[in-house]
Amino acid sequence: MSDQLIAQLVVSGLGMGFIFALIAIGLTLIYGVMEVVNFAHGEFLMIGMYASYLAYVTWGADPVVSLPFIALLMFVFGVAVYYLLIRRVLTGSMHAQIFATFGLMVFLQAAAQFFMGADYFAIQNSWLSGVITIGDVVLPMPQIAAVVGASLATLLLYALVFRTSLGRQLRAAAQDAQAASTLGINPSTMYALAWGFGSACVGVAASLLSNFYYVFPRVGAVFVLLAYVAVALGGFGSIHGALVAGLLIGLLQVAMGFFVSSELKFVPVYMLYLAVVLLRPRGLFGRM
Amino acid sequence: MLEVERLSAGYGAHQVLWDVSIRVGDNEVVALLGPNGSGKSTLMNAISRLVERFDGEIRFNGIALHELPPYRLLRVGLSHVLERHRLFPYMTVLENLQLGAGPGASRALIQRGLERAYALFPRLKERAKQLAGSLSGGEQQMCAIARGLMSEPRLLLVDEPFIGLSPHMRAEVTEAIRRINAEGVAILLIEQNVPVALAMSHRAYILREGRVVLTGPSAELAAGDKVQKAFLGRLNPAEAPAGNAA
Ligand SMILES: Nc1ncnc2c1ncn2[C@@H]1O[C@H](COP(=O)(O)OP(=O)(O)O)[C@@H](O)[C@H]1O
Ligand SMILES: [Mg+2]
Repeated sequence: MSDQLIAQLVVSGLGMGFIFALIAIGLTLIYGVMEVVNFAHGEFLMIGMYASYLAYVTWGADPVVSLPFIALLMFVFGVAVYYLLIRRVLTGSMHAQIFATFGLMVFLQAAAQFFMGADYFAIQNSWLSGVITIGDVVLPMPQIAAVVGASLATLLLYALVFRTSLGRQLRAAAQDAQAASTLGINPSTMYALAWGFGSACVGVAASLLSNFYYVFPRVGAVFVLLAYVAVALGGFGSIHGALVAGLLIGLLQVAMGFFVSSELKFVPVYMLYLAVVLLRPRGLFGRM
Repeated sequence: MLEVERLSAGYGAHQVLWDVSIRVGDNEVVALLGPNGSGKSTLMNAISRLVERFDGEIRFNGIALHELPPYRLLRVGLSHVLERHRLFPYMTVLENLQLGAGPGASRALIQRGLERAYALFPRLKERAKQLAGSLSGGEQQMCAIARGLMSEPRLLLVDEPFIGLSPHMRAEVTEAIRRINAEGVAILLIEQNVPVALAMSHRAYILREGRVVLTGPSAELAAGDKVQKAFLGRLNPAEAPAGNAA
């Protein structure tokens, strides 16, 4: 087994891993701050991917260029979903919350099908397509971009959450909303921001993914199931956990797909998930 | 400074407070006494808008508090140290204190607040980088009081700061509350232990079943047996004239 092969496996494993991680971080951020599971999270990814594709075919905007705008678009979309939908069901029962985001999922899928059809679209010949050759090691460019872009986005989010005053307020609202409100923090604003930042994470993942993956109305399901696993593995509400678990899942499925069989590539992921759920139900890490 | 007029409040259909009127003057320490479940915390939480008001008014330096959302109170100069301290357990002592200054607080305000907090409770400085959840009960209570002071409030509401503290810690917290008051902060204090509360306060209100049943200067209340009677319910609420509350 050559160094070249190992390098390729690691890069594509990390590429997928960072994408899973970014999706999972968005999910866990929303859950961590307000204990609502966004069942439409995969559809947020789908919207981001369509946006990236449409920006490319309409204006010729390469995903590298449109990435920050898609992150911003998804931020606004997340905030809007909070104010128009989530805030209205917060005082209701747990079921109302589940059905609200589940209903949003069904609605967004149907809307995508209606406007874009069921066809698969892919961005051809983006700047980040092709391969890069370092010595005699040939690496896929989109995956490298995914590693670089997603790790930068993750770093930014970490800095925001753990190093700024706003991040402190977010964590305060997450840990004790009532106590936070006695300290001048409006929990509702923090919830809206959590939806905004969580959705922006998915937007970045969508943009990076659009370099090497096709988009269709149900594309969200392909990725978000593993993101849910990453969230549960890492511990609901834990950003560190989502990051570590996302990377682990990415590497594990690529290794399994290569060494055993690509049909079985998710088997060890779900086995690991079952083991953690059985042995350590709160996940590898605690809360944020 | 703080005037609560004929306040009725509670939780949904469950009314807890009935026609409660209390006031806290500038520079005063006022104690809120009463048996368990008599509505002391509910009253304090209604003042800071965490509990739904059914009727009545709450005014603070002329501002109608009952029209504000809870997160606006810090800016008008009122700070509330909630029952059981309610620190953010997964944040450091320093982060908890920084949050106490409120969103958008200036560096200067935070710096001033930290100096004051560390002067009041030197051990918080040693613990600054530790998670708040890892402190002892007494240290957590100190941190909560220090956090409540970070915004430089004019009135501090403190709900049972002595619960579960060792005698040594009690003395330290008592002394801190005295010093805070000496610096010009008015204090509304809930404390179960009647002699302790009366010794620390200028005036006191005794609540029973959600009504004010007795009020007066703490020194007078400490002398007689009225407080005991009020606790045991032998003092009819009707005997405590509403005028006493003002
Ligand atoms: N969150 C709540 N929801 C419903 N009822 C409550 C709540 N908190 C307190 N109560 C009720 O309000 C009454 C007064 O409680 P509380 O104000 O905590 O009393 P105290 O602080 O004097 O011990 C009690 O009957 C209690 O059961
Ligand atoms: Mg109480």
